[in-house]
Amino acid sequence: MAKRIDVSDLNVYYGAFKAVEGVTMTVEPRSVTAFIGPSGCGKSTFLRTLNRMHEVIPGGRVEGKVMLDDQDLYASDVDPVAVRRTVGMVFQRPNPFPTMSIYDNVAAGLRLNGVKGKKKLDEVVEKSLNGANLWNEVKDRLAKPGAGLSGGQQQRLCIARAIAVEPQVLLMDEPCSALDPISTLAIEDLISELKSQYTIVIVTHNMQQAARVSDQTAFFNLAATGKPGKLVEVADTQKIFNNPGVKATEDYISGRFG
Amino acid sequence: MWGAFLLALVPLLWILWTVVSKGGHLLLDSQWWTNSQKGITARREGGGAIHAIQGTLIQGLTTAVISVPIGVMTAIYLVEYGRGRLAKAVSFMVDILTGVPSIVAGLFIYALWVTTFGFQRVGFAVCLALVLLMVPVVVRSTEEMLKLVPNELREAAYALGVPKWKTIVKVVLPTAFSGIITGVLLGLARVMGETAPLLILGPYSKSIATDLFSGLMPTLPTMINQDRTESLQPAVDRVWAAALTLILLILLLNLAGRVIARLGSVKK
Amino acid sequence: MSSVTGVSIADELPGPDRRHTLGGDGAGTGRLGDRLFGGAAKGAGIFVIGLVSLVGAFLLWQALPAIADDKVNFLTSREWSVDNASNLRFGILELLWTTIAVSTIGMLIAVPVGVAVALFITQYAPTWLSRPAANLVDLLAAVPSIVYGIWGLKTFVPVFDPVQSFLKDTLGWFPLFSDAGISGGSTILMVGIVLAIMVLPIVTALSREVFAQTPVTHTEGALALGATKWEMIRVAVLPFGKAGVISAAMLALGRALGETIAVTIILSTLAAGSDWTWSVFNGGETFASRIANNAGEFDSPAKTGAFIAAGLVLFVLTFVVNAIARIVIERRKAFIE
Repeated sequence: MAKRIDVSDLNVYYGAFKAVEGVTMTVEPRSVTAFIGPSGCGKSTFLRTLNRMHEVIPGGRVEGKVMLDDQDLYASDVDPVAVRRTVGMVFQRPNPFPTMSIYDNVAAGLRLNGVKGKKKLDEVVEKSLNGANLWNEVKDRLAKPGAGLSGGQQQRLCIARAIAVEPQVLLMDEPCSALDPISTLAIEDLISELKSQYTIVIVTHNMQQAARVSDQTAFFNLAATGKPGKLVEVADTQKIFNNPGVKATEDYISGRFG
Repeated sequence: MWGAFLLALVPLLWILWTVVSKGGHLLLDSQWWTNSQKGITARREGGGAIHAIQGTLIQGLTTAVISVPIGVMTAIYLVEYGRGRLAKAVSFMVDILTGVPSIVAGLFIYALWVTTFGFQRVGFAVCLALVLLMVPVVVRSTEEMLKLVPNELREAAYALGVPKWKTIVKVVLPTAFSGIITGVLLGLARVMGETAPLLILGPYSKSIATDLFSGLMPTLPTMINQDRTESLQPAVDRVWAAALTLILLILLLNLAGRVIARLGSVKK
Repeated sequence: MSSVTGVSIADELPGPDRRHTLGGDGAGTGRLGDRLFGGAAKGAGIFVIGLVSLVGAFLLWQALPAIADDKVNFLTSREWSVDNASNLRFGILELLWTTIAVSTIGMLIAVPVGVAVALFITQYAPTWLSRPAANLVDLLAAVPSIVYGIWGLKTFVPVFDPVQSFLKDTLGWFPLFSDAGISGGSTILMVGIVLAIMVLPIVTALSREVFAQTPVTHTEGALALGATKWEMIRVAVLPFGKAGVISAAMLALGRALGETIAVTIILSTLAAGSDWTWSVFNGGETFASRIANNAGEFDSPAKTGAFIAAGLVLFVLTFVVNAIARIVIERRKAFIE
């Protein structure tokens, strides 16, 4: 498990609008990479190209190459649905399926992809909830609706749901922005644990969070509104925060931005 | 403004009072719910409305069985798939259908079913006319409910590697389910109260009929219509009783629709 | 959705988060399931297009031969005699007048009252009352037309006939209110009033929806300037809801134009060849009630064709009215987005 991502010369479009331009970077397996940058700089858009979620938005398309180990995600014979099974995603706001119980939410990915057998599902559900540090809190109420949990628990439920299908890579789009500080801490701890098994990419607005959880940080910026976002700098988190190579990065990190 | 509200309540209470006071007593008699009007003349008291109730229910259900799949699939097309010209055209056509007067729907089916194909006026022809009236209601209400399903849920399913059609069937539709049912019930309430197409396509008869494809099928609206010009008291009473029965039936559907909507409104 | 009308001002708006729903091609794939399901959905849409086109084309196909055989002018004649297939004489002038007259009277009453009720529900009613009040008004829509018809004829008209006679006596010098000799009081005016009651929930439901959407900043802004409640409504709520009210009125008008059985039951028909008057105390037939009154006699294609021609005109009329409502709604959306 856990694969390397190699992106080269990637341009991302919404219809005629170029949202992100010329991104080239590598994400190492079993590491956490954080994307930081001001709003609208295209970091979430770019993240969504890594599992072809970008295409579900009307007009969304890309140019360039995204390699997952030695597989080109955008090759013409690749099924986007299969890509999304390999590269999981956790969203900004916790979004458990409201009609399903906690158990069903975790099992959803497998069930909807045709996996049957109670024993197998029971196993996966327990393992995934354990993996998301949620098992002890919910094991007595697996049949209750997932929407009844607290925000932080819901987000961990969504992480459990994402890892239940055993992806190679886990993408997280500002997973803590809708959560209180204690839940945020729980998710950050979880990310550090998950790192041993998955390649993780996280978009965050919170610089301290990037500094705390990531091994590598990428800074995105845009020249002006209406211009495409660009990858300014990517390096070890230590370096980005202590000794950035570009002035814009330093300005952004030290809060002297714009 | 209080005045306007009270003014609006006057006809409501007046109508309900009229119908209940003039027809209510017949509904308390159990034969109203078990007997037909077979062999009962305007002069005689007695008999029931089961033949008409049955006819209304059978036609209503048949209409729903045809309309719901068409309406729901059209709404799915408009919300989940439709882009560009074809979707605009479909949406426009649904608008036109919404505005088709019921008598025109009846006339169209008559021209098709009787004049062109030479078939008899049977219950099924009525259902076809009612389908024209019910489809737009189902499309619009389903569309609205599907739009209420947050995009986050669709994204969550896609991100798990679930194909689009399964996302719609297993995630989107269940989430919108209660709203869709409500829309269907309200649409059903609308078509069951329709009279105009029945005048053209569904003549009344006094006995129980359950065959949609042959013979006359009586319904509550046509039962009312049949005797509305009678001046003999037993017939007059039955007209009001049938009216009350129809109102109750429709109220029940409305109520059920609202309760379901309240119980299962889309959770955010 | 406004359950009463099946139409909503909010119809075309994107989801609650103001984003359009996900419909990009990348979500669907070449999988068999996706192709089948997507195809079925598209098929249903195409079916609806086909259905409506078929209705229009078919009505035309059936009506045109009859109109071609018409010995009098279809649009300007008042005659209606279709029993002799070799001498068809039918024109819609009188039907058009009666249809428009009853609907206009209905609108003149229903729109002001409906708007006032909507204002009551959204602005004046105490919170505990506004929901039940809205539901009560919606109940008016749950009463079937035929019940309005028999109630109107047997209960409402007898009660109001004296009022009507009084109006006739005092205003009879004016052509619009002259006595047309209809006994029993089943006149255009009475039908108009009953129609007003029938469409009231449509006007109220849609107006309510737009009034409730008035931005709080507008209403609070007005109140902060020291406006009274009524002044606030005049400067904030009514301007914001104007387009919505217009389209509500149009949809209600569309419904009133096509109303069949209530009109058929209540309105006195006129003997063939009776004199023309403008009076609202006259009887007559609308497009819909003329068709319904003769529903039992569609025996020859030529004769049926004449009625279908009348139905076609009604179809076009309601279509135009509904289209206007749609356009107003679209404009408003462009404005608020």
